[in-house]
Amino acid sequence: MAGQPAMNGHRAERRSLVAGLGVGLAAAGLMLHARPLRADEPLAEDLRAAIRRWSGEGLPRTGRVHIDISPLIENGNSVPVTLKVDSPMTEADHVREIALFNERNPQRDVVRVLLGPDNGRAEVSTRIRLATSQRLVALARMGDGSLWQQQVEVVVTLAACVEGG
Amino acid sequence: MARTLIHVPAAPRRGVPFEVRATIAHPMETGYRTDDSGRAVPRDILTHFECRLDGRRVFAAELHPAVAAHPMVAFFLRAEVGGTLSFTWEGDHGFRQTETVPLTLSP
Repeated sequence: MAGQPAMNGHRAERRSLVAGLGVGLAAAGLMLHARPLRADEPLAEDLRAAIRRWSGEGLPRTGRVHIDISPLIENGNSVPVTLKVDSPMTEADHVREIALFNERNPQRDVVRVLLGPDNGRAEVSTRIRLATSQRLVALARMGDGSLWQQQVEVVVTLAACVEGG
Repeated sequence: MARTLIHVPAAPRRGVPFEVRATIAHPMETGYRTDDSGRAVPRDILTHFECRLDGRRVFAAELHPAVAAHPMVAFFLRAEVGGTLSFTWEGDHGFRQTETVPLTLSP
């Protein structure tokens, strides 16, 4: 009788240990899958709000927009990026505007450009700052008002904003 | 006057898109940094850039602090006639600078 409560206590301890292990394994499993799934994760609320301020009520479809950027960035102070949109850039069918947003800089906006048939090709390059590893979202508004978007995730090893650069 | 570097092909073909690259020397100070003595460095950002061909706007960009120092913007143009390309940068503290480059097309 005297040993019984101790036995129970021990069993309970072991049970919680097993449960804990299970949770740990589940968490490890989630971690393994987290990265590929990230693109499907909802965007942070402030980023969504910034995009909505630009896009209005329209719902952007994924596609037609391409973000050319190195997936692994050594120096976040000056990162080359090229935005391209599949479009013939004619009077009838062209890109009117491209906007680039970020997830984890101090501000969500990066750059916006106005385009038209005079450009002949919907492709714009610049150099940007990235404060840390994060997602970038590029959106395009077409002449007919339709919205298209693309996301990329980049890893930054030396962040902008931390030192003199 | 800030130094600028504008690259336009010598004689792009009529009706064929060509790339234009415009860079300006400017710190694009974000306003988030502090100097050596810990004081905040005030924001100084170029906010707008545009390119006109004989007065008609053919490209415009809105820049934010996330654009790197000495902002470079490259874009494409397709022209049927030559003319004068003007490049204008505007920013904080009334910054405004315009540079012009002749555009001569080959047939």
